[in-house]
Amino acid sequence: MDEHLAEQQTRRAREGRAPDDPSSLKTMPQAASSPGLSATEEIRTMEMRPVKTTARAPLAGMRPSDASPASSQPQGIPQSNARTSGLFEAIQRGTPFQAAVHDAVGREKPIVEVERFNLWYGKAQALHDVSMICPAGKVTALIGPSGCGKSTLLRCVNRMNDLIDSVRIGGRMRLAGQDIYERAVDVIELRKRIGMVFQRPNPFPMSIFENVVYPLRIDGERDRQVLEETCEASLQSAGLWEEVKDRLESNALALSGGQQQRLCIARAIAADPEVLLLDEPCSALDPIATGRIEELIHEFKGGYSILIVTHNMQQASRVSDFTAFMYLGRLVEFGATDEIFLQPRLKETEDYVTGRFG
Amino acid sequence: MSPEIAVAPAATVRRTRRRQRARGPVSLMAQGTPLVWLTAGGLVLCLCMVLGLLGLVAWEGVRTFRQGPLVLLHLRAGGAALGEVASVEDYRPEAHAFEALPPELRATAEQEVRARGGHATRTLLRTGNYELTNEHYRSFNDFEIVGEERPEWALLIERLSWGRFYGFPRALLVDGRPEASEPEQVWERFRREFPRVEDRRAERQRIEKDENGALNARIERARLALREAELEYGQASPEWRAEEQSFHVVEREAGEEAARLRERTGELERENARYELELVTADGVEKRIPLAEIVRVVPANHLGFAGRVGLYLSRWREFLLEDPRAANSEGGVFPAMFGTVTMTLLMTLVVVPIGVLAALYLREYAKSRWIVGAVRIAINNLAGVPSIVYGVFGLGFFCHLVGGSIDDTFFRARLPAPTFNTGGIMWASLTLALLTLPVVIVATEEALAAVPNSMREGSFACGASKWQTIRRIVLPRALPGITTGMILAMARGAGEVAPLMLVGAVKLAPALPVDGTFPFVHPERSFMHLGFHIYDLGFQAQNSEAAKPMVFTTTMLLIAIVVTLNLTAIAVRARLHRRFKGSHI
Repeated sequence: MDEHLAEQQTRRAREGRAPDDPSSLKTMPQAASSPGLSATEEIRTMEMRPVKTTARAPLAGMRPSDASPASSQPQGIPQSNARTSGLFEAIQRGTPFQAAVHDAVGREKPIVEVERFNLWYGKAQALHDVSMICPAGKVTALIGPSGCGKSTLLRCVNRMNDLIDSVRIGGRMRLAGQDIYERAVDVIELRKRIGMVFQRPNPFPMSIFENVVYPLRIDGERDRQVLEETCEASLQSAGLWEEVKDRLESNALALSGGQQQRLCIARAIAADPEVLLLDEPCSALDPIATGRIEELIHEFKGGYSILIVTHNMQQASRVSDFTAFMYLGRLVEFGATDEIFLQPRLKETEDYVTGRFG
Repeated sequence: MSPEIAVAPAATVRRTRRRQRARGPVSLMAQGTPLVWLTAGGLVLCLCMVLGLLGLVAWEGVRTFRQGPLVLLHLRAGGAALGEVASVEDYRPEAHAFEALPPELRATAEQEVRARGGHATRTLLRTGNYELTNEHYRSFNDFEIVGEERPEWALLIERLSWGRFYGFPRALLVDGRPEASEPEQVWERFRREFPRVEDRRAERQRIEKDENGALNARIERARLALREAELEYGQASPEWRAEEQSFHVVEREAGEEAARLRERTGELERENARYELELVTADGVEKRIPLAEIVRVVPANHLGFAGRVGLYLSRWREFLLEDPRAANSEGGVFPAMFGTVTMTLLMTLVVVPIGVLAALYLREYAKSRWIVGAVRIAINNLAGVPSIVYGVFGLGFFCHLVGGSIDDTFFRARLPAPTFNTGGIMWASLTLALLTLPVVIVATEEALAAVPNSMREGSFACGASKWQTIRRIVLPRALPGITTGMILAMARGAGEVAPLMLVGAVKLAPALPVDGTFPFVHPERSFMHLGFHIYDLGFQAQNSEAAKPMVFTTTMLLIAIVVTLNLTAIAVRARLHRRFKGSHI
């Protein structure tokens, strides 16, 4: 993993990607430009137990070895000026708090807006007052430990959680200004505007061609020419065309895992969606296949607004423009990726992204 | 590390070591060998039972049509018996077994038996000639027999009625005059004449069945039209009078036609009656058999190997393609085969769509877990209800309630003769469909559950509706599993007999459920079924000894049909499986 990280760092260096907004950390403006988003650096609005400045908040289920000081200071990260707090403890106690949303976010044009969003699985609350945006044409990564609600939040965008009977939601979510959860919204139409790629490649048991044109088929498209053009364009975009153009009629399940996942991406973009949701798209793939998917995400920048859930911090830092760190169903910090990774405002975020916790 | 934990390991280690010593270095249970034996033993037991059953059925079934030699036994008491050896058994004769012998022979016989340690051999001989002797089989003790030979020109005659006849040819009579008298000449002459006699007989049967049948159907239609007019407009109304007029016309025409047909059949019969075979039995009794009565004459001892093979195949052909005769114990089982296959396919046609739809609702749409659970339990219990109960239900619900309503509504003219208000192939199919419904539902539910949720989600994420997802993703993927359910249902349905006895399977059906008479498919007709045929042969046959081998042959045929149906379905499933090859998600 360290080699992988090093390789990615060198690649980053080659590409000369600088932090999107290095000044934002110092200025820390108070203004919230987007309604529903509080881009304030004030973290705690309520009373909190005093904590020691250096000690990390002990978390349930954590092994003591995680806290060994040997790994506390990875290279490449400047001296932290993030505030130390008992934030995780506070979250575990369930006390409300304000997420640290950087002002760089506020300058973006949002395509998806999430406003004080809550979600319950039966009686258990999985999302607490999440407010964030997904900037148009940019890649937004959702990171956080397992069970923090990243995937749940992602699946709320195209209302996949409707399939689970016990789910209740509160708050609002808008796609291009239109409320996703309004009663008048046609879920089918909504999902056609949003492409989704899942954790495990899930091609359908049919030919490669039929897999790609599936979204068109269910729309009743029968024109062979339209179908073929869409198929080729999608496969080209997904970088799979050269590999499969001679066997479009063969079974999609015969492809390798990486090819299958790219096929799923081709399928997701075949209907020309506005937003692409990627739910840990590389977690079942080997590093080379992962690399190809990440290249695709780079190519898609600008064309699609992408929301990606990932467990892989390096991946988040490599592919995303913005990163949201979530913990136990709450948004903790949200900002430009370089800031989150290099100059996070919260000690907790820093601990997480540097691998000291989680 | 806390001090309590630091102390613990030493004690643990000591305890572990003691336990290991107690168990010994090589533990039988640890190696698991006994379990391998146990499981393998279970499998071997199953295989033995299945192969034993199939082996018995196949061995007995294949032998049925084999022709053994005709044996002439000379008896110690005088006289002789001609026939085929059916079985030979060793037994200990009681004292009274010797009483049948004449007193002067009794002593010798008793001595013979005593010399063999009290054992004797008993030969069961199929002697036939039922109209003369009132028995089909006779049993002979070895001490009753003085000699045994296989006369070259002993004949076995299979005929339309009275069962088999065994005897020696004396002459072929034409118009009562002997045309040939030497056995070879008789045989030659017979072979020349017999095909023509058979053709005339077939022609007569065709006239009776097809032309006469069509005539009767025409009269019946006219009668029904008259009756309908009476029911609708009342007697003596102008419409009724018109119908009556046309009915009389039809009746007259049909009468003339029937007379013409009778003349033709009479001609054929008279021509056939000219030819007779004169035979003499082993006892010296003379017997004339008209050629028209004969199905097959077998000079069993005269036949070479090729002749025997030909005879064997011709009997199989008759078995598979002809109608039964002599109270089902002889002839073919074609109507039963046809009925079984038709009924099974009809049942499959009904049960698969209903079962799949029900399973789809249960698995994909139903929300309330309580109700789904209750329904599932009910379905599983349904599978455990004795099949005769389904028969009773089918009789009460389908035949009498539904069929009765259909008759009252659409077939009033035919009352009181029932049309649908009685057993029929449709009601039998529906009853069996109900019986096999749990099989299909359970198998389909399992197949649907095996479709990975990731595929459904993928489809939903593409903007597909629930039904689109089911139709395009879930159902195709579940098809192999659904086919498995269909195979199981077919196997269960084809082998079921008990409910059919109540809802339409009969000993002898006058006509097939599908034939050339309009409207070609007759769902109301009763039908013959191989399973019922087996029961009938085994328990209802008058000539039970002769029917016994037929039981095995018919069983073998039924098994073969079920296996064929299953293999077809399995081939379909294999094709479907190939479509999903590489499916590892």
